[in-house]
Amino acid sequence: MKILVPIKRVVDYNVKVRVKSDQSGVELANVKMSVNPFDEIAIEAAVRLKEAGKATEVIAVTIGPEKAQEQLRTALAIGADRAILVKTDAPTDLGGVEPLAVAKALKALVEKESPDLVILGKQAIDDDSNQTGQMLSALLGWSQGTFASKLDIEGNNIKVTREVDGGLETLSLKAPAIITTDLRLNEPRYAKLPDIMKAKKKQLDIIEPAELGVDFTPRLSIVKVEEPPKRQGGGKVASVDELIDKLRNEAKVIS
Amino acid sequence: MAILVLAEHDNKELAKATLNTLGAAKQLGGDIHVLVAGANCGSVADAAAKCEGVSKVLKADSVELAHGLAENVAPVIVELAGNYSHILAPATTYGKNILPRAAALLDMQQISEISAVVDADTFARPVYAGNAIATVKSSDKIKFITVRGTTFDPVSATGGSASVEEVSSKGDSGLSTYVGTEATESDRPELTAADIVISGGRGVGSAENFAIIEELADKLGAAVGASRAAVDAGYVPNDYQVGQTGKVVAPDLYMAIGISGAIQHLAGMKDSKVIVAINKDEDAPIFQVADYGLVADLFEAVPELNSKLGK
Repeated sequence: MKILVPIKRVVDYNVKVRVKSDQSGVELANVKMSVNPFDEIAIEAAVRLKEAGKATEVIAVTIGPEKAQEQLRTALAIGADRAILVKTDAPTDLGGVEPLAVAKALKALVEKESPDLVILGKQAIDDDSNQTGQMLSALLGWSQGTFASKLDIEGNNIKVTREVDGGLETLSLKAPAIITTDLRLNEPRYAKLPDIMKAKKKQLDIIEPAELGVDFTPRLSIVKVEEPPKRQGGGKVASVDELIDKLRNEAKVIS
Repeated sequence: MAILVLAEHDNKELAKATLNTLGAAKQLGGDIHVLVAGANCGSVADAAAKCEGVSKVLKADSVELAHGLAENVAPVIVELAGNYSHILAPATTYGKNILPRAAALLDMQQISEISAVVDADTFARPVYAGNAIATVKSSDKIKFITVRGTTFDPVSATGGSASVEEVSSKGDSGLSTYVGTEATESDRPELTAADIVISGGRGVGSAENFAIIEELADKLGAAVGASRAAVDAGYVPNDYQVGQTGKVVAPDLYMAIGISGAIQHLAGMKDSKVIVAINKDEDAPIFQVADYGLVADLFEAVPELNSKLGK
């Protein structure tokens, strides 16, 4: 079984982002960039399947700038076998390459590489769209197991447990399938130094979007990007009695 | 202009998030139709027909639609889509799973989790875990939209008298089958619909210790929530998680207990009307958004609250 893992280069989750003063987007210059956390879980899941003897090859792919090679190297250090960068200078967070375009590019790659499984994050923490996996699944006519917290693969049958609003739901999917990861699927490993060194020698191909025949023209134009309204907080109470009094008599939210 | 709203339901009852989604549809203006795709879902269709502002309910009632499998529901939406300028679904795990699949089949770029309607083509949505709000304008012929429930008032579930029309299922894709659900059993109100939410974080320390949080919730008729840290540590089930990657809530009262206030968590609760924080670390970021912060050991403060709130 061959697994394709699409990943995204995003602002590191520890960075407090700032909106640009011209309201065109979010400041990305000199900001730490990382693999989207959900995608890191996807890489880990694929690599574990390989380690368990259920997968033969793990291919990491991203669509992004030249520098996104850094994130592909991270994937290779975790244990992916090779990587592909679809190089574009268009923004990948807002007003540039959108989930539908990404899904089309990934579809072209799937047709080229013929994986049996595509595992990717349920959403990227920059645009928070939560669409790409579902869209890719639609375009390929494959089954989808979104928000996965558990995966069991037995031959052609994939049992996936999904984190849904009311609890956990289990589906049985027919391969080939798309899996999108939720937080509890696994805890990604830290790549060890020898693996990081080894990753530098692994194959990383760079291709142009045109080779995939995909048009990245956005369908959504950004009117403006603003800071959210600030909440006035910081009020303190000194005791439980004062808290109860305030909630009853000032805020009037308890009886 | 006509709008189609995908109803979320369990074949018996209409999920409340559908009413908030209808609230967003109402702001757009135009005829509002509701699609109920399920099995033996007649009572849901009847409930949808009574909702304020709905002029027609389309009922696709067939066994392969029983569990809301995206592979089977999306083609039903695709078949109907040509009649609509906007297709809306709640931004719940149900809507998020199905709607992008339908949008892609029609070559439309979905607009996810809108928090405001500016005009028929323009919508605001939180990005970067709610640290920025992007206003986007769509050039697509059909706008596929998921709706963040907490930012739109629900329409009334009564007063309407829409007609119910049968539409056909497109059959079973054969791609996936439903195996089962492990529902979290609880007599408490549903997290996203509760007036009061009591959430615990890593500071609570263990699954056993969560009992004091639950006791407080029961005294106040509240739902129980949790931070990602508490869920990851296994104190409570996954569906308790409040945050950008969990559930977004906006109750009248939100109490964050033993929660430090990571950006990710704040994104899921900062629109609550009143926020209370109880934490022994006075520098915890949660205090910056709290209306009433109590710097205290939660193992002293919460039992004291429980005894003084009596009942």
